[in-house]
Amino acid sequence: MPSAIEVRSLSRVFSGRKEIVALDDVDLTVEEGELFGLLGPNGAGKTTLIKILCTLLLPSSGTARVLGYDVDSEAKQIRKRINMVSGGEISGYGLLTIRENLWMFTQFYGVQGKVAKQRIDALLEEFGLEDKADVKLRTVSTGQRQKMNIIRGFSTDPDLIFLDEPTLGLDVTTSISIRNYLRRWVREREGRTMMLTTHYMREAEELCDRVAIIDRGRIVAVDTPAGLKRRVGNDSSFLIETTPIDTARLSSLTGVRGLTARPSNGHLKVRMVLEDESVIADVISAVVAAGGKVVGLSKNEPTLEDAFMHLVGRGLE
Amino acid sequence: MSDWALNIRAGLARAYARTVGATREPSWVVFDVLLPLLGVAAYIFYYRALGADPVFEGFVVLGGAMTAFWLNVLWGMAAQLFWEREVGNLQLFMVAPMSRMALLAGMALGGLFTSAVRALSTLVLGVLIFQVHIMMADPLALVAVFTLTMLAVYGMGMALSSLFLMYGRDAWNISNLLQEPVYLMSGFYFPVRELGMVVSAVASLIPITLGLDAMRQLLFGELAGGLLPVTVEVVILALQAAIFIWLAAFSLDRMEQRGRREGRLTLRWQ
Repeated sequence: MPSAIEVRSLSRVFSGRKEIVALDDVDLTVEEGELFGLLGPNGAGKTTLIKILCTLLLPSSGTARVLGYDVDSEAKQIRKRINMVSGGEISGYGLLTIRENLWMFTQFYGVQGKVAKQRIDALLEEFGLEDKADVKLRTVSTGQRQKMNIIRGFSTDPDLIFLDEPTLGLDVTTSISIRNYLRRWVREREGRTMMLTTHYMREAEELCDRVAIIDRGRIVAVDTPAGLKRRVGNDSSFLIETTPIDTARLSSLTGVRGLTARPSNGHLKVRMVLEDESVIADVISAVVAAGGKVVGLSKNEPTLEDAFMHLVGRGLE
Repeated sequence: MSDWALNIRAGLARAYARTVGATREPSWVVFDVLLPLLGVAAYIFYYRALGADPVFEGFVVLGGAMTAFWLNVLWGMAAQLFWEREVGNLQLFMVAPMSRMALLAGMALGGLFTSAVRALSTLVLGVLIFQVHIMMADPLALVAVFTLTMLAVYGMGMALSSLFLMYGRDAWNISNLLQEPVYLMSGFYFPVRELGMVVSAVASLIPITLGLDAMRQLLFGELAGGLLPVTVEVVILALQAAIFIWLAAFSLDRMEQRGRREGRLTLRWQ
């Protein structure tokens, strides 16, 4: 049985004033039935890879096979069995209702009218959108629109679905309900595969069977979320809360593998992966030298974010 | 499901979206029924002031009705894929398994329906208000010529749509360029023969020219001052329809491949 996705030595270069290598010699295999995540910062190459696998873009070199078919020469066979959803999509026609838009897209896949109606009704109910079904698309909120997009992707009952940042910009409650559905969709339907790109660590950690970390067009690591976290190994993960400082000084310290800093209540929360616990003393000294004051310090179990920092050398943001 | 069944479903769904979408706003009555009539009225009063033969008023009403289709081909067909990309629909169309020709045929069908409302209202109101006298000897022939003209004109729009997709804003200028000069060269409001054989021959490359000329001959007989015999124009129109539809399929396929190579199917802004 062929893998759901098989990518070999895949590269994609965008030429223009400046040549951009979006994907660089990527190798990847996703098995049927997997919920597979692509995790990486903006511009890492996640969307480019998805677009190649969805037959919207051709590779510059290398091969990619989806459900056993070549993305270049057998695109039509692939299209019959896949679908895609992108976060922040504004697709559809504003003058049509949500139901009409969904029906139209099912027809592009040849879904019979009755079947399409049943599926759309069930999905509208699943996503709590049934009361908006007959409302013009242009009048609904961003979250409702994104729910419609997700319903659109699943309404054709694809064997393989690509979700590109499906919860981008959505509120917590909507994101949770979408994640729950995604998890169930793969688990309850034998042989269905999902590839998900995200830059939300938690999403990848919660949902994915395996995650590929992608950075600057290259796959840095592929493993289960637990396996990736184990790679942090002897490194130590700390969370320091300080008064606001310039963190560039901390990043350059010997023994600091990577860090992310987020403002929080007038302070700065700095999450960092250190080669050794002893490095924390240097970090605290550097904070003080930078004019900061440490207001909190804790050592944590490694997370996927720590694994990412460990592998890539910096945080996602 | 066979490819045929899939493509018919896809085409009808796209046609439905266009038809329903276009008529869901009440303002369409003003834009599609009343405004075109004002343009027609201007030409009619102009001809009347000049003391022209009343048959010219008939030419204007017919030309005014056919304008609806030409505008729809330029702005609703040719520019449509470009628009679809701007709003993010194109990549969803391209990732779907339907034939791209089915999608365009659906757009054409929907466009034809909405344009027909405008055309018919211009024709009926024009005839009633300005008392235009029509001598329709052979309605079947008129329907046949109209159908062929639509096939050729919308085939041309389908062929242009893939060019627009690739050349975006440059193609926008081509649309503008095609709009007003074509009104003149194709003889929307007068017999095209008046422009001389050379200009008429060049204008005949655009199917609406011969379609209009043939319809004028069928509606107004000898007074229409036809460019070529109707049967010859019908043969040319049939050839044009076949060529443009083939060209549309060919260029769409080429442009899709090029779009996939250059990443233009998903670029929203050029």
